[in-house]
Amino acid sequence: MILKMEHIYKDYIQGKMIVPVLKDINLEVEEGEYVAIMGPSGSGKSTLMNIIGCLDKPTKGTFFLDGQKVLEQKENQVAEVRLRSIGFVFQNFQLLPKLTALDNVALPLIYAGVKKKERRKRAKLALERVGLGDRLDFVPNQLSGGQKQRVAIARAMVNNPKILLADEPTGALDSKSSHQVMELFAELNREGVTVIMITHDAHVAECAKRIVDIFDGEISERTRKGETA
Amino acid sequence: MIENVRLSFQGIWSHKMRSFLTMLGIIIGIASIISIVSTIQGTNEQIKKNLIGSGNNTVSVKLSQGEWDYEISYNGIPNGVPVISESTRQEILDLPEVENVALYTARTYADGVFYKNQSLQGANVYGIDAHYFDTAGYIVRTGRQFIESDYKEFRKVAIIDDTAATVLFQEENPLGKTIEINKEPFIVVGVAQQLQEFEPVINSIDDYYMYTTESSGTVYIPSASWCIVYQYDEPQNVLLKATSTEDMSSAGKQAEDILNKYVSADNSDIKYKAADVLQTARNLQELSNATNSQLIWIASISLLVGGIGVMNIMLVSVTERTSEIGLKKAIGAKKRRILGQFLTEAAVLTSLGGVIGVGVGIGLSEVINQISGTPIAISIPAAVGSVLFSMMIGIIFGLLPSIKAANLNPIDALRHE
Repeated sequence: MILKMEHIYKDYIQGKMIVPVLKDINLEVEEGEYVAIMGPSGSGKSTLMNIIGCLDKPTKGTFFLDGQKVLEQKENQVAEVRLRSIGFVFQNFQLLPKLTALDNVALPLIYAGVKKKERRKRAKLALERVGLGDRLDFVPNQLSGGQKQRVAIARAMVNNPKILLADEPTGALDSKSSHQVMELFAELNREGVTVIMITHDAHVAECAKRIVDIFDGEISERTRKGETA
Repeated sequence: MIENVRLSFQGIWSHKMRSFLTMLGIIIGIASIISIVSTIQGTNEQIKKNLIGSGNNTVSVKLSQGEWDYEISYNGIPNGVPVISESTRQEILDLPEVENVALYTARTYADGVFYKNQSLQGANVYGIDAHYFDTAGYIVRTGRQFIESDYKEFRKVAIIDDTAATVLFQEENPLGKTIEINKEPFIVVGVAQQLQEFEPVINSIDDYYMYTTESSGTVYIPSASWCIVYQYDEPQNVLLKATSTEDMSSAGKQAEDILNKYVSADNSDIKYKAADVLQTARNLQELSNATNSQLIWIASISLLVGGIGVMNIMLVSVTERTSEIGLKKAIGAKKRRILGQFLTEAAVLTSLGGVIGVGVGIGLSEVINQISGTPIAISIPAAVGSVLFSMMIGIIFGLLPSIKAANLNPIDALRHE
């Protein structure tokens, strides 16, 4: 079990009102699964994503990630979990505009304390793997949206995390680029990476092996009709 | 760390104008401090140089009454002050700080020195022993020094200095001519001059009064012949040469003590006193430091303002880069990393300002020197200290923005566009 959530609640305080965003979430994800969490905006899916990504803490409940009780850990330890166990892919790529593709990808390796030469080698490999071996020295502005997202995926994967966490990864992409990105995810999943993807797009969700619907802060498992790769 | 420094330079370079304006306060502050310090140092060095003279390290230990030299011509020969014996001279010479010792008797503002009808007004007449010229750093330019027989046979010979030669003889060759000292005829055997000519640097009328030793010509005669002119053996003064400039004060002080052992004057004001040039220099330096260190405080205000400017721009920079910070935290950067990144950036920024400030300050000092003639001396420790100090300003004033950055919540930071 790579991820286990039990009775997760999350409330936001708005003025004097308490707004419940997540209501009794129970979710288990096995290693190597490909899960899409689908829901309309305002359903609480981003909040869920933040909690899974250890960026936010629930109001109550228990949460295990990669065998660790994240909620009881100190800030620095949580940073370590984010560094080693999770790779993030964001809707708007979140690349640093001043750095080249190679330096962007190498960034997590700096925090992991990898030596410079080794960093460059591993970053280069990661970029080659997403098909951007010829764009190493390009800055984000010189890349298309699809290329940017592939750089972001290379960055997410460079530390060999167990989980790839993607928040609307195709939200800012055209259909061709979306298709490439989804194929990349499928490929990574075949190699054993657990992929958790958040989306509101049913087409994209269809790519996953398992779909969890979230609506109004509550989740429900969808029974799949057919299989897609 | 090196990576952080490299990234900081990149950041500074990509906002050239903004970085420069931010650094300006630091640059102005450091430049002012550097130019003030180099002016202080320059003045101090010049005071010392002017007072020490040609670097001959001679100290005169004169018989004094209170603050002033004891004037035998007005007050007569003092009771209880013996003539300094050869063994006392040896005692002083044995001091480790002393290289040479000479004894001499003196009359200042002596009238009665004539060549034909030409008088040497306000002349100095010195009765000197055989060590005097060596100790004082004088050489006999033309003619000869005093020799043993001059002393043994009480010869009436004289050596005159350049000034006296010019006044008394004008164009004539003084050698072999007879001059009159207190109506006694003396034959000029030599003309003496200082081995190393030294001209004090005069920048103001105050300097002129301070450093110009007015000399209206000196006539040297052998100490043995002193009584021919002035009737009595008198207690001498001592001129000593210290082994180094630093030893001048202590050599003078010890010689003073040795000499005063033998003094048993009724008037306790009468004793030997060494002219402590180094102490005088220190006193003068303290005076100039006191005025100038006020200026350093004023310049420091500019550094404070500069520091606040740095803090301000760092806060702006943190806000601008909120999403960058958020992303870095999301992909696993620890607080310490973010803190280090922003602190480094602030420190690099102000250090760079410090380096530029030192450069500008040195330039400014040169300009001050060119325009007003004020002496300057660039101090390396001050330059290094300034750069380190500006780095410290960066760290101190960068602390608040850096902490703010490190504490950003990654979710809020990521959402920020």
